[in-house]
Amino acid sequence: MSETIYELKDLRVSFPDMSRKPLLGAAPRIDVLKGLTFDIPRGEVLGIVGGSGSGKSTLGRALTRLIEPDSGAILFEGTDITHLHEDRLRPLRRRFQMIFQDPMSSLNPRRRVGGIIAGPLRLQGLDNIKCRVDEALDMVGLPRHFATRYPHELSGGQRQRVGIARAIALKPDFILADEIVSGLDVSSQAQVLNLLESLVKDLGLTLAFISHDLSVIRRLCTRILVLYKGEIVENSETAELFANPKAEYTRTLLDAIPLPDPEQAWF
Amino acid sequence: MRDARGNIRRLPGIRLWLSGGWLTFLVLAAIFAPLISPHDPLAQDLFAGRLPPFFEQGADPAYLLGTDSLGRDVLSRMLYGARLALIVALVAGTLTCLIGASLGLIAGYYRGWVDLVISRFIDIWMAFPPVLFAILLIAVLGTGLMSVIIAIVVIDWTRFARVVRAEAMGQGAMDYVASAQVAGRTRFGTALTEILPNVLPTIVALLTLEMGIAVIVEAILSFVNLSISTDQPTWGGMIAEGRTSIYQAWWVLVFPLFALFLTVLSFSQLGEGLKDHFDPVLR
Ligand SMILES: Nc1ncnc2c1ncn2[C@@H]1O[C@H](COP(=O)(O)OP(=O)(O)OP(=O)(O)O)[C@@H](O)[C@H]1O
Ligand SMILES: [Mg+2]
Repeated sequence: MSETIYELKDLRVSFPDMSRKPLLGAAPRIDVLKGLTFDIPRGEVLGIVGGSGSGKSTLGRALTRLIEPDSGAILFEGTDITHLHEDRLRPLRRRFQMIFQDPMSSLNPRRRVGGIIAGPLRLQGLDNIKCRVDEALDMVGLPRHFATRYPHELSGGQRQRVGIARAIALKPDFILADEIVSGLDVSSQAQVLNLLESLVKDLGLTLAFISHDLSVIRRLCTRILVLYKGEIVENSETAELFANPKAEYTRTLLDAIPLPDPEQAWF
Repeated sequence: MRDARGNIRRLPGIRLWLSGGWLTFLVLAAIFAPLISPHDPLAQDLFAGRLPPFFEQGADPAYLLGTDSLGRDVLSRMLYGARLALIVALVAGTLTCLIGASLGLIAGYYRGWVDLVISRFIDIWMAFPPVLFAILLIAVLGTGLMSVIIAIVVIDWTRFARVVRAEAMGQGAMDYVASAQVAGRTRFGTALTEILPNVLPTIVALLTLEMGIAVIVEAILSFVNLSISTDQPTWGGMIAEGRTSIYQAWWVLVFPLFALFLTVLSFSQLGEGLKDHFDPVLR
C-alpha cells in the first residue's frame, strides 16, 4: 500500500470544438485542463473548487478514467492509468469510485435500489452480495427494505444516499464526489454531508470533493485545490487558505461566501 | 390535479383489456380456423350467392355473415384471412423490430462512425416513397407470403432504427451509464443491461404499432392483388372483391373491413396499454 493514492503530473485534457469544425479535417481543440500537477495522499479529504467551466468535473472524470487525458500522467497507487486500456483498467476500477451530482440521472430508473447497489458488486465478482447490499444500506442510514424500491419512489436525499451506498459497497480506496449536494435542499445537504464526514472517518476513505461552495468545502476538507480556467491557482491546507489566501482568485471566492450573520456587515 | 391523474391512470387498464381481448380472440380464431369454420372458405355455391348476414331478411342460418357473389361463406373466409393477417403481423413485425432496433441501439449508443453510416443509410432509405417501394419489391420478388414479409421488413426497419437511436442517445448521456463504466461494465454489457431496459417500453410500443401496420400493408397489397396468391382468402382480397358489389352485398366489404380496423386499432392500443401498465417509472 503506497501512501499516495493519486499522483498527477502535468495532466492535460482537451475537447474538440465542434462548433468551429471546418467542413473537412479535424475540429480545433479547446484546452480544458492545462497541465495539472498535484498529489492526493492516503486519508486526505481534498476539496476541489472553482467557477463554472473551470474544469472541475473534467478533472474528476479524468481521475476516474471516464475520459482519457491528452498528455501527462495519472498514477493510481503507483500504477500508471493515464492511457490504460479499459480491459486492463477494469480490475482496478473497484478501488476508485464516483458519486454523481444528479442522483436521478445516475440511478437507472428501471432498477430497484438493491439491484443498483448489487450491480458493481456482481461485476467485480464479489460474493455474499445480499449481505454487502444490506451492509451498505445500513452504513448510509437507509432501511434495508428500501432495496426493493425504485429510484423514483425515493426523495432526493435518499437517492443520493443510494448513490453513496453504491460507491462504498465496493470498499474502494478513493471516492470522487462531484457536486453531490448541490441538487438538495439545505437540510438534506447537511445530512448528506454529515454522513459523508462519518463515512470518511469510519472507513478511512480518501475523498475528493468537488464543489463551487467554499463553506461546504471548509467543513469537510483537509486541503483545498482552487481551479481557475483549467489551471491550479492555489493548493493549500484548509485553515491556511481561509487565513491568508495566496491567489487573487481565491480571495474573490472567499468574498463571495455569505456571512453567517448578515447584521454584522450592515453596521 | 391528483384526481385527473387518477383518471388517466385508470384508462390503460380498459385499453389493455379490450385490445388484448380482441387480439386473443383473433389468435384463437386463426389457430382453430379449420375446426370452427362452418364451410370450406374456397367452396363456391352459385345457388347461394350474395346471401345476407343473419340479421337481415332472407338470410340462411348456415351462412352467419352471408356469402359473396360466388356463394363463398364470408365468416369462413374471414377466419382463414385472420391466419394470414396474424402471420404477417407477427413475423414481419418481429423481424422489423429486431433489425431496426438493433441498428438504432448500436448507432445511438456507440455513436462515432458507426452512427454516421447507419444514420446516412436511414436518411437515404426514407427518401423512397414506401408504397412505390413495396410494389417495386414485390414486382422483383414475385407475389407470395415471403415477399410480403420481406417487403415490410425492408421498408419499415427505419421506423425502429430512427426512434430507438434517438432514445439510446438520450439514455447514453445519463450518469447511470457513466456509473456503469466506473463500476467496470463493458460497453456491450452496458448497452444490453442498462440502455436496452430503458428503451424497451418504446420498442414494445413500436412493435405492436408495426404489427398493425403490417396487417394494413398486407391488406393493401392484397387489395391491389400483389400479395398472397389469389385463391387464398385474405381480408384485403375480400375488401377488393366486396368493393365491386358494394350496393348488392355490402357485407362482403364491411365485415373484413371492420375486422381489419379493430385489429389495427387493437395493436396500437395494446402497445400504449402495455407501456403504461408495465413501466415502473410511469406507474
Ligand atoms: N465532452 C465535452 N466536449 C466539449 N467540451 C466539453 C466537454 N466536457 C466539458 N467541456 C468543456 O470543458 C469546460 C470545463 O467543463 P467542466 O464540466 O469540467 O466544468 P466544471 O468546472 O465542472 O463546471 P460546473 O461547475 O459548471 O460543473 C467547459 O467549458 C465545457 O464546456
Ligand atoms: Mg461540473
